[in-house]
Amino acid sequence: MTKLMNRIKKLMSYLTALLISIIHLIPFYILINLALKTRQDTSSKWLPPNYLYLKNFTEVWTQSHLGTALLNDLIITVCTVALVVFVGVLAAYPLARYPTRWNNSVYTLSISTLIVPALTVLVPLYKLVVDMHGISTYWAMVLVLTTFFLPTVIFLYTGFIRTIPRELDEAALIDGCNRYEIFFRIIFPLLKPVTASVIIIIMLGVWNDYRFSLFLLQKRSVQTIPLVLSQFFSQFQNNLPLAAAGSLLSMIPMALIYLFLQKYFVSGLAEGAVKG
Amino acid sequence: MYLPALLLFTVFIYYPITQGVKISFTNWNGYSPHYSYVGLENYRYMFTDMRTYKVIINTLIYGLGSTLFQNILGLAYAMLLNAKLRGRGIVRTIVYFPVIVAPIIMGYVWYFVFQYDGGALNDIMLALGKEPVDWLGNGPRAVWLITLVNTFQYMGVAMVVYLAGLQAIPKEYLEAAEVDGASGFYKFFHITLPLLMPAITISIVLNIIEGLKLFDVIISMTNGGPGYASHSLSTMMSDLFFAGQDAGFAAALGNLMFVIISLFGISSLKFLRRKEVDL
Repeated sequence: MTKLMNRIKKLMSYLTALLISIIHLIPFYILINLALKTRQDTSSKWLPPNYLYLKNFTEVWTQSHLGTALLNDLIITVCTVALVVFVGVLAAYPLARYPTRWNNSVYTLSISTLIVPALTVLVPLYKLVVDMHGISTYWAMVLVLTTFFLPTVIFLYTGFIRTIPRELDEAALIDGCNRYEIFFRIIFPLLKPVTASVIIIIMLGVWNDYRFSLFLLQKRSVQTIPLVLSQFFSQFQNNLPLAAAGSLLSMIPMALIYLFLQKYFVSGLAEGAVKG
Repeated sequence: MYLPALLLFTVFIYYPITQGVKISFTNWNGYSPHYSYVGLENYRYMFTDMRTYKVIINTLIYGLGSTLFQNILGLAYAMLLNAKLRGRGIVRTIVYFPVIVAPIIMGYVWYFVFQYDGGALNDIMLALGKEPVDWLGNGPRAVWLITLVNTFQYMGVAMVVYLAGLQAIPKEYLEAAEVDGASGFYKFFHITLPLLMPAITISIVLNIIEGLKLFDVIISMTNGGPGYASHSLSTMMSDLFFAGQDAGFAAALGNLMFVIISLFGISSLKFLRRKEVDL
């Protein structure tokens, strides 16, 4: 009897899992169908086309200059990730290792900025960047993104460094290392796992950013993929297959990285979430 | 060594916060070099304008609604996919995938489902012989649909956090309870749930802070419409600033948002701190 019950239970689990998968795939299925159809084809979005039509992809690529946007995304993401990791880990080390009163206040101050949503300071931030002549420049975008992702990075690194035994520092000190050597030769190599998480979290955030790009990148030549596509979308609202093809293309880079580094994505984000 | 970090915070966060207060007392339009101080006029207008209250309520629905859905569904999915099922890895991958998509694009993808003219949902209505519905044309409904889309996109994170939490629960506890004849419900409410509490706290806190900031999905699905019915504080502010050319009012709204999110944020930081003590 219990055996039968267990079997039914198992079967139900499988059916639920299948149902969940189907529901979660529906929007992507619709997107693919739409991207493969001609503009004149008004058949149901649930039916795949019975012809092969790939012109949407080439057309959206040339019309919205996706190649340039991809390059911009790449430049901004690489620079931001490199800068935020460097500045973040430098700040986290003393904050984790020397919890003096002053350092603790600095830590609290940095972490409090986690809750400041970028948009609450939109108006003054925008004015500041205008005054600095930073609108539509890579450097302003990179600096602003770095600043707003920095609290997360400091938080993750501080949490991790605190778990590294102090005895390691002390042993290195006795062996004649100075503070900088301790950091670069002893601590930094131990930070690989958390660095992988940090890189992935920040990379996702920067690559997919829309709110900062919308205000800071106004010239076409420096715009990133999310921005270019959203403009394309409002421009060609009556040509949805084209917009669908663009959306689909935009997912490919991150999807590829995700497929190859899936383990790090999931552990990275879970860690980021569990630790804060 | 934290000097560069402090410098960045000062220039791009602390200084703008003080400037934001200053601008909110002016009638600056966002680009003109001329403006004058109007005192508390922007705040008076903000609190007498009915739109403000509507937008605050929307923001709370986006923040708290997504949090509720994401965590209930995330926990349910985690429980299901923690059991030994063939292919559970694939299901996890599918549920998690939207996390890597840009939220602005995710909104467009769902727009293809909900749009009035030729949307996938209306294709079903037509096939069933019913009238097509303008799903996003009704304010309150649009707000809930946006909340669901945000839930869809980020529930994978909650699921992963809960999976990690579930795997940390010692099997002996559940087995001992089973030997004592405990029911599934009893085990869930008296063992699993209490032991998951740290993971639940963190997940909820993060979801609330993120949800209250919701911006991209709203832009791509409704752009705040119909009218201003689905605006959040962030989209409303950006609209006032760039389309409305009312930087003073936008700054005042930004300060209001700052206060609201800080209230939630500070209470959540207290949770985080308490958790650090536990560790």
